[in-house]
Amino acid sequence: MSANIGAVPAEPLRRDVDDGIVAGVCAAVAKRLGIDPIILRVSVVAATLAGGTGLLVYLLAWGLVPEKGGRSPSWARLVGRRHTWLTLSGITLLLLSVLLLLRESGLPFSDAIVWPLLLAAGGAALIWRQSAAAAAPSEPAPAVPERVRPDRPHDPLRALRLPTPALGPAAIGATLVIAAGLVFLWLNDALAPARDVILAVLVVVAALTLILAPWWLRLVRGLSAERAERIRSQERSEVAAHLHDSVLQTLALVQKRAGDPRAVASLARRQERELRAWLDGGRPEPGDSLAASLEAAAAEVEETHGVPIEVVAVGDAPVDERGAALVAAAREALVNAAKFAGGAPVQLFAEVGEERTEVFVRDRGPGFDPGSVPEDRRGLRESIVGRMERHGGRAVVHSAPGAGTEVELVIGR
Amino acid sequence: MTSVVIVDDHHLFRAGVRAELDGLVEVLGDAATVEDAVRLVVEAEPDVVLLDVQMPGGGGVEVIRQVAAKRPTQRFLALSVSDAAEDVIAIIRSGARGYVTKTISGAELADAVRRVAEGDAVFSPRLAGFVLDAFAGAASLPPAEVDPELDQLSPREREVLRHIARGYLYKEIALRLGISSKTVEAHVSAVLRKLQLSNRHELSRWAVERRLVE
Repeated sequence: MSANIGAVPAEPLRRDVDDGIVAGVCAAVAKRLGIDPIILRVSVVAATLAGGTGLLVYLLAWGLVPEKGGRSPSWARLVGRRHTWLTLSGITLLLLSVLLLLRESGLPFSDAIVWPLLLAAGGAALIWRQSAAAAAPSEPAPAVPERVRPDRPHDPLRALRLPTPALGPAAIGATLVIAAGLVFLWLNDALAPARDVILAVLVVVAALTLILAPWWLRLVRGLSAERAERIRSQERSEVAAHLHDSVLQTLALVQKRAGDPRAVASLARRQERELRAWLDGGRPEPGDSLAASLEAAAAEVEETHGVPIEVVAVGDAPVDERGAALVAAAREALVNAAKFAGGAPVQLFAEVGEERTEVFVRDRGPGFDPGSVPEDRRGLRESIVGRMERHGGRAVVHSAPGAGTEVELVIGR
Repeated sequence: MTSVVIVDDHHLFRAGVRAELDGLVEVLGDAATVEDAVRLVVEAEPDVVLLDVQMPGGGGVEVIRQVAAKRPTQRFLALSVSDAAEDVIAIIRSGARGYVTKTISGAELADAVRRVAEGDAVFSPRLAGFVLDAFAGAASLPPAEVDPELDQLSPREREVLRHIARGYLYKEIALRLGISSKTVEAHVSAVLRKLQLSNRHELSRWAVERRLVE
C-alpha cells in the first residue's frame, strides 16, 4: 500500500480560511512547503512595506489559489458575476485616486507607472475572466460524490485546448497588456535607445507570462487530475488481473473437478492461502521470517500430499543457518505426518522464545512405536534427528499406536 | 438441546453451518446484519450466538455491545475466517467466550457450542497462538507496571495454551499434564478473564511488531 501512496500526486494547493489570518494564502503555501506559516506572513508584510510587491503577490495568490472544499478561486467566483464589473470599476477608480493622491504627496508615482498599470490591470482582468469562465464548467461540483460522476475517460487534450469563445475578448485583453508594456517603455524612453533592450525583453516576458499563466495553470491542474485518474484505473486493472489469474482460474478448476472432493478442497485451500497472502501485502518474505518460512513449507507439503496443515506461530525471527535447518527438519516432519496420518489434519506450532525456538508437528493418524522404526528409515533418522543434532538442536518423536504422532524440534537461538 | 443463533453476512455460510449443525444443536434462526442480529438474539434468547467477526456495520463486536445492554448473560462464540490477531483479540475482549475458525468440522463446532453454553471457554489452536503472542510482550515490561494477576500468564496457563496451539484436545492435555479436564477448563477460563480485563494487551508483542513497526 505504501508504494501506492508515494505515487499519488501531492495534495493541490488549497486555501484554508479557518487556518489563515486573512485569506489563508500563507497557511496554504506554508503547509505545502512544510514550513511555519509565520515565516511567510512576516515575509509578505516585509515585502509590502518595502515596496508593495508583497501585497500584490498576496492578492494575486488570493485570486488564484482555490479555497479548501473544492470551491473555485475567489477571483473566478468574483468575475463570474455580472455586477462585480461595477465593483471592479469602483476599485479601479479608487486605485486611480489613491495613486494620484500619492503622486501629489511627492512619492515616486508618475504617469510612467500609473497609466501602464491601469491598462495592464484591465487587460489582465479580461483575460482572467475568460479563463475562469472556461474553467468553471469542468470543475467538479462540491456536493456531488465522486462515484456519481459519469465514468468517462478523461481527455487530456481538453485541458490543452484554448477556450475558443474566449479568444475575442482575450485578444483585446492581450492587446491591452502589451499596450501597457509599450506605453511603459515609451514613457521611460526605453524604445528609442537600444541600450534598454534588456528592459524591453523583460517587460515583454512579464506581459506574456501574465497572458499565458491562466492556460498554463489549467494545463497543470488538468494533468494532475488526469494522473490521479490513471493511477486509479491502473489499480483497478491490477486487481482485476489478479482475480482473473487466481480466483477465477480456481473456480473454473473447481467446477471441472467437482467429482473429486479432495482435489476441490485442496484447490480451495491453496486459493485461500494465496488470496490471504495477497491481501496481507506487507508480509515478510520467507527468507526474512521463520514463521513465513514454516508457512511456505507447510503450504508446499499440503499441496503435494493433499492433507490440510494448520500453522500457528508465536513470535518470529530472521532465518539464520540454524533456523534454516529447523525449517528443513519441520518440513520433513510434515511430509511424514502427511504420508502416514491417513488424510487427517496436521497441526504445526512454532514458538520463537528468548533462548530457543521450538516447533511441534502433530498429526492424528494411527501412530506408531518409535522404538520399532528400522534404522534405514532415512526420513526420520537423517533428515530430522540427524539434521537437528548437527546444528546443536534436538528432535524427539512422541507417538504411540492409536494416539497420533508429535515431532518436537528444539534449537537454541 | 443447546440452542443457537447464527450471525454472518454470508448467506452461503449461514446455510452451510445450519446444515452441519442440524440434529446436533437447535438452530433458532440466523441474521445477516448487526440490527437483525440484535433483534433476533433478544427475542429468541438462544444459549449461544455464533458470531462472525467481520461484518458490515461494526462487525461482531458491535453485536456483542448492543446485545449486552439488553441481555447481559448472553454467551457468544466467534466463528470466522479472519486471520488478523487484532480482530480476534478485539472480539474476545468484547466478551466472546471463544474463537474457532470456519474450517472446523460440524461435530467439533457443535461440541464447542455446547461447551460455551455450559460457561466454558473455547480456544482453537489459532486463538491460543494469538493469546500467547499477546501476552508475550508483558515479560519485557518493567515489573512495576505489570499486574501479575491480569497481565501475565502463569506457567501452567502457558503450558495449557501451548498444548492447545499444538492441536491437543482438553482431555488429552489433562492426560499429558496429569490434571483433570476440569482443571484444564479452569486454566482456559482464567486466561479468558485475563485477556478481557488486562489493559496491557496493547503493549503485547503482536501489537508492537505487527502494527507499530510497519
